[in-house]
Amino acid sequence: MVLANATELSEPFSWPDPGLSRIPFRLFSDPEIYALEQQRVFRGPVWNFLCLDIDIPNPGDFKTTFIGETPIVVIRDENGDINAMVNRCAHKGALVCLQERGNKKKGMTCVYHSWTYDLRGQLKGIAFRNGIKGKGGMPDDFDPAKHHMQRINVESFCGLIFGSFADGMPSVEDYLGENMTWMVKRNFGKPLKPLGVHSQIIHNNWKLYAENVRDSYHATLLHTFYVTFKVNRMDMDGGIIMADDKWHHISYAKRHQLDESDEYEKAGVHAAQYESKLAGPQLLDAWDEYDDGITHCIQTVFPNLTFHYTLNSLCVRFFVPRGVNETELIWIYLGYEDDTEEQTAMRVMQGNLTGTAGLVSLEDGCINEFVQRGTHMSADKAAFLEMGGRDTESSEASRATEAAIRGFWEGYRGIMGFQ
Amino acid sequence: MNKAVNDDQYRPTAPLSDPEQRRRIEDFLVGYVHAIDDGDFRRWPDFFTEDAVYQIIPRESYDANLPLGILYCEGRGMMSDRILALETANIFEPHTYSHILGRPQLSENGDGTVNARSNVHITRTMQDGRMEIYAVGKYVDRIVMENSELRLQDRRVVLESRRVDILLVYPL
Repeated sequence: MVLANATELSEPFSWPDPGLSRIPFRLFSDPEIYALEQQRVFRGPVWNFLCLDIDIPNPGDFKTTFIGETPIVVIRDENGDINAMVNRCAHKGALVCLQERGNKKKGMTCVYHSWTYDLRGQLKGIAFRNGIKGKGGMPDDFDPAKHHMQRINVESFCGLIFGSFADGMPSVEDYLGENMTWMVKRNFGKPLKPLGVHSQIIHNNWKLYAENVRDSYHATLLHTFYVTFKVNRMDMDGGIIMADDKWHHISYAKRHQLDESDEYEKAGVHAAQYESKLAGPQLLDAWDEYDDGITHCIQTVFPNLTFHYTLNSLCVRFFVPRGVNETELIWIYLGYEDDTEEQTAMRVMQGNLTGTAGLVSLEDGCINEFVQRGTHMSADKAAFLEMGGRDTESSEASRATEAAIRGFWEGYRGIMGFQ
Repeated sequence: MNKAVNDDQYRPTAPLSDPEQRRRIEDFLVGYVHAIDDGDFRRWPDFFTEDAVYQIIPRESYDANLPLGILYCEGRGMMSDRILALETANIFEPHTYSHILGRPQLSENGDGTVNARSNVHITRTMQDGRMEIYAVGKYVDRIVMENSELRLQDRRVVLESRRVDILLVYPL
């Protein structure tokens, strides 16, 4: 894909020196840049999250979603294959699937003029094609085979369905790279079970949230729940792992290395238990699900997808741009099909830590808005991001670095063609 | 185990007959929303029994019997943790609520507990005067008499919308 320079903007954009450690505030409030992103980022050479495999288990099942602001429908066909297309009729352009989810086993029909499509988006028939009583109708050369909904490329990986407008994309697995896929396989590599979905409207540009989830620097400074309740997390080493192209990242914390040692046995505490001053300590009831010792992990996938696995809480966070200064952050909480009732109950309880009302991180619902409000009249000024240096490399430090944020901008800058 | 109250439990199979009892319950439910509107959050856990369940959940998940909503408390301890957290740990822009409560539909279970369902409409006012409809939904409750005091044993706040504006920190 050829990326033109940003000359289509009425005021050309150039990145200030010294580069990725300076983020011009204009990027968060310029409607022209936002419009260009719809084309270059979301319709560009990326894999966009669409939905989960379990959203559409049976032939005919569909789920509507968005790539950027473009409405998309994902539908499973008779062969079990997944198809995705722009949710737009080839006739007048109306939405074809109106509900968020459902089943269209017999095909999709636009309600406006009854144009009917198969599950691959191919036009099958239209109303009044031959006119009524010999009057009207389509011209003789009308060929339904030449009309279809706009198809996009689609691929499923570990139960997650991705779509792309760009042709010739690498597989999702290669798009993520080996540094990233091991964690996706760890968290999503077995049959999933939905636990609940909700969303929140955050009043900021989508990229401020993309920064926020890569910002491990703020975690213990803005979010003070653990400290306030003296939660002894026994967690220590962690770090950040960058994808080879820096677009995606993993940030993680591990349980203390001495976990399995005598210390715990002497103290009579199970390693997964957390001491605290909580009056309702069952909030933090957890169990050791994986033997890698990772207790907290945030993973980002460029452009607008995040996963978290904290204690035993597994969640897909999908943030959809709804305008230059508005974003819908969708929280999709999951368990596994083979979870016991007790395990489900713990995952549900831990859902209190995150989300719109998350005890640990609810501040993220307003903090990005504070940046939006602070910067929207300062297009010529820039953020200063030198914590942890000026590079975009993986590191053993997770709290005192902004490398992952700089990594996001490296990807963004390239894909937008900003010199 | 967290499980949404079954729909049948709030259908008025045996409507509450005693008008005096209805008046007391109505006063209790109104007292709850006024305590929150007045910012008297420390009193919030007192409206519940010691082991009560409180949940805020979107209608979509509630109707689909999905267990995880937006906020979930099991017991007064977790409720007071919530209040302590919002008073000492959580950071957010100051705001207030105003609840408008509909007339409750009440029914007796025969074991001394009463089921209540009432619609609620909550506006939120931010410190700069911005005001909007924040939440609309229903309370689905089970109420018990404990030491001659009414208390909530189970309260589900079922929100019409799965979307919440900005964040949710004060209980509804």
